[in-house]
Amino acid sequence: MSVVGVLSQLLAIAVALLLAPLLTGWVNQCRAWLQNKSAPPLLQPYRMLHKLFNKDSVLATNASPLFRASPYIVFGCMVLAGAIVPTLSTDLPLSPVADAIALVGLFALARVFISLAAMDVGTAFGTLGARREMFVGFLAEPALLMVFFSASLISKSTSLTTIVETLAHRELAIYPSLAFAGVAFTMISLAENARIPVDNPATHLELTMIHEALILEYSGRHLALMEWAASLKLFAYSCIGLALFIPWGVAQAGAPLAMLLALPALVLKLAVGGATLAFLETISAKMRIFRVPEFLATAFMLAVIGLLVSILLGV
Amino acid sequence: MNDLPVAAAAAGPHLHWALAAVAGWLLVGLLGVFALRRMVFVARVLFPAGGALALVLFGVALSAAFGSPETATLPLGLPTLPFHVRLDSLSAFFLMVIAGAAAGVSAFAAGYFRQGEGTPPGLLCLEYHVFLASMAMVVLSDDAYAFMVMWETMALSSFFLVIANHRIPEIRRAGYLYLLIAHVGAIGILLCFGVLQANTGDYTFANMRAQTHTVLWASIAFLLALFGFGAKAGLLPLHVWLPEAHPAAPSPVSALMSGVMLKTAVYGVLRVTFDLMHVQVWWWGVLLLALGLATALFGVVFSAAQVDMKRLLAYSSIENIGLLFAAIGLAVLFSAFGMKPMAALALTAALYHVASHAFFKSLLFVGTGAVLHATGERSLGKLGGLIRYMPWVTWLTLVGALACAGLPPLGGFVSEWLLLQSFLFTPGLPSSFLNMLIPVVAAMIALVAALSGYVMVKFFGVVFLGQPREDALARAHDASGWERVGMLWLAAGCILLGLFPTQFIALIDPVTHLLVDAGLANSGSFGGWLLVPVAMERASYGPVIFLLGVAAGSALAWLLVRRLYHGRSRRSPAWDCGFPWQTARMQDTAEGFGQPIRQIFEPFFRMERHLPTPFDAQPLYRVTIGDHFWHWIYLPVAAVVERASRLIGLLQRGRIAVYLAYSFVTLVAVLLVVMR
Repeated sequence: MSVVGVLSQLLAIAVALLLAPLLTGWVNQCRAWLQNKSAPPLLQPYRMLHKLFNKDSVLATNASPLFRASPYIVFGCMVLAGAIVPTLSTDLPLSPVADAIALVGLFALARVFISLAAMDVGTAFGTLGARREMFVGFLAEPALLMVFFSASLISKSTSLTTIVETLAHRELAIYPSLAFAGVAFTMISLAENARIPVDNPATHLELTMIHEALILEYSGRHLALMEWAASLKLFAYSCIGLALFIPWGVAQAGAPLAMLLALPALVLKLAVGGATLAFLETISAKMRIFRVPEFLATAFMLAVIGLLVSILLGV
Repeated sequence: MNDLPVAAAAAGPHLHWALAAVAGWLLVGLLGVFALRRMVFVARVLFPAGGALALVLFGVALSAAFGSPETATLPLGLPTLPFHVRLDSLSAFFLMVIAGAAAGVSAFAAGYFRQGEGTPPGLLCLEYHVFLASMAMVVLSDDAYAFMVMWETMALSSFFLVIANHRIPEIRRAGYLYLLIAHVGAIGILLCFGVLQANTGDYTFANMRAQTHTVLWASIAFLLALFGFGAKAGLLPLHVWLPEAHPAAPSPVSALMSGVMLKTAVYGVLRVTFDLMHVQVWWWGVLLLALGLATALFGVVFSAAQVDMKRLLAYSSIENIGLLFAAIGLAVLFSAFGMKPMAALALTAALYHVASHAFFKSLLFVGTGAVLHATGERSLGKLGGLIRYMPWVTWLTLVGALACAGLPPLGGFVSEWLLLQSFLFTPGLPSSFLNMLIPVVAAMIALVAALSGYVMVKFFGVVFLGQPREDALARAHDASGWERVGMLWLAAGCILLGLFPTQFIALIDPVTHLLVDAGLANSGSFGGWLLVPVAMERASYGPVIFLLGVAAGSALAWLLVRRLYHGRSRRSPAWDCGFPWQTARMQDTAEGFGQPIRQIFEPFFRMERHLPTPFDAQPLYRVTIGDHFWHWIYLPVAAVVERASRLIGLLQRGRIAVYLAYSFVTLVAVLLVVMR
């Protein structure tokens, strides 16, 4: 563990924490443009967080300590996720702590806590949201794992940094399995980040909401942390997608100067990725909740097919 | 696989101490008979004493884990057939699991059995400690005779514990079903030993190890063992007794049955497949994998649909047993192809799961026991909001629920992680058909693990969170002192198993060396902080740093929010989109939480729905969830048995003259045979 490694680790965390709301703002802006609306400013999410942090937190009378602790736990999980996903460099001392499987476990941990917190107050919407969140999760989680497995078969490793180093810094090869995995991953990311067609982040309509129902009882700093954690999750997912499918530009271990180039590359890739996300959201319609299993089962199947392809072709 | 010279192994101090602890359990049980109705004495003295003996046994097994095998002959049993006992690393590991979980459960039981459960407390104490002793002796037995005697003692003592509340007809029925299937399974085990001794007439395990079997006979023995031990473990389709019997028992007993007794079946499969036989055939592994996965998926889907908290946990045990058998199947597969390090990895995953399941399932069951005592309610539809009245039980159960859901950094995740790692190795198998099957299997395991998260959120959320669904719940009291001690011990087990995998794998290492001749000796890196099963570039996992990372993120957020802003909060009624008339009835019920699963996995269930019509004066909606296997297997078999017994019943005419005629005919027939 070198000084450079520690610095690059701290830089990765800082970049995740600071860029995450910007990515959310960018996606919202692109979506508004595509839908012919006047867009909120790019920095709106930061103002929102500032506003929420300044407000008093209003807790339901029967809210338990679990309810108050959950935003911090969820936020902590997402910080760790941001720390182990290679964004700028693969020189991450924290990366050996959690490989791809543990990363999926980390997201699951956050999901369980956010769902339990939603059930804590005992309102109709909270429990409904918890049920739907777990329902989306139990299909998305194995599919995500299969996507990671497709990539790990190529690099013979489940460590994210090794995967990225293999994909980014060996001679270019076409991996058909990654094509399946890529489609599957896009579908999973939409579901996991509460995006259309699975969930609509811009509505409080009881028939459709999942994520908003989960955090309905939160306010003030707790809500701010939950929102920040949600944008960190979107950031982490985007970076996983970039790391697996467009890994070029990420600095290798032992090349700290390449990080100077990696930051603009990351911002550029995220800008394109965010615009694509907004585009995908705009062209698709919200699904009925019971069509979601079909959507996710398709993603799951695609990921398994990707895995099969890589075993059959031996690459 | 194991060619350790048996003759060289001598009786050592560990075995003596272990036998002494087991004898101590029997003594405690006997003392219970002399204090038949002295509740306070039984609860405050005998059960803690049993727990202390469990700790002794735990320590002995721990120190025996690295030792060489020790054997002894007990002057018990028939005159020419003494009991052989042997303590090797496999026995030591399972002894550790049994004693470790039993220590916590006994401490809990000391606080739990405040009033008899329909059986005099002293008698309950006897049955309980005989049950513990027989489980320990099962893993210590070194000949088929002793094994079967202990196995049957285990079945009988647990049967009497299940029907502790024998005045309730359903409990008697559950107990009968349990006894029946336990004995059908025992026949399979007995026949398996019969095959393994290969006509030598010597039923010691040492002799069985010395025999070589043809593939055909080895396969027959394996299938018999799978049937016999599968019946005990609740493997599909022999699972039907488990969700009836485990919930029927008093909670500490449910904990022991689900957490510990099922593991003796796993022990049996491992002992027979890897130790007593020297060859493994690849299709055994495929069979185990298929059965295990079917069981796991079935268990978790049914568990999601349950509305009784103990039945939910019982089905979750079926799921975990399925995962265990799948892992063993993978180990058999690797071992059959001679890929020893990978077999060791799969086996390590299985054994790790044995330990972590023992702790978290015991913890969850005793948690439901505490809830049951405090509220008198088992139905999820009448619980809720207990976090406000029973904080100790809630937070400790949360540990168990997170471990059961397979979430890092707790115990359940490590075994899941190791299992998935061993699947990623499989593209090395020599058969391309098998290679293609493996990703599908890995996908199924991931699905089961994710579904168990769903189940645990349902279980924990409905019981402990939200608003109380009944007024009486507000009078619920928290766990008593001994109950807390027991739960703390079990929760500590879950946490330590999650945080220190390399240290625990060091304990499993001698076992995998014994069984498949390979191990994950250097699984730790950076002074044991990182779990590295194969190589650093391949995969690593560091639970302690993982936990510290999450905690640091949380703590930093907490501090910064308070430093940069403020920590003010106030209380007001729940918001709920501005809807002011919230009642507890508007929360999701357990049925509601299970509904998506019922809908997606509809073919799994045999559902009977009764829907109200718009004209009903008192509309009634009823849905009953049944098990296909009852209708596919058990009811037809029961019908055949009944028809056969009716035919035999024709012989019974109820008149002396007829019976005398039977005797006469029989006598003549026998004489004819003898004289010839």
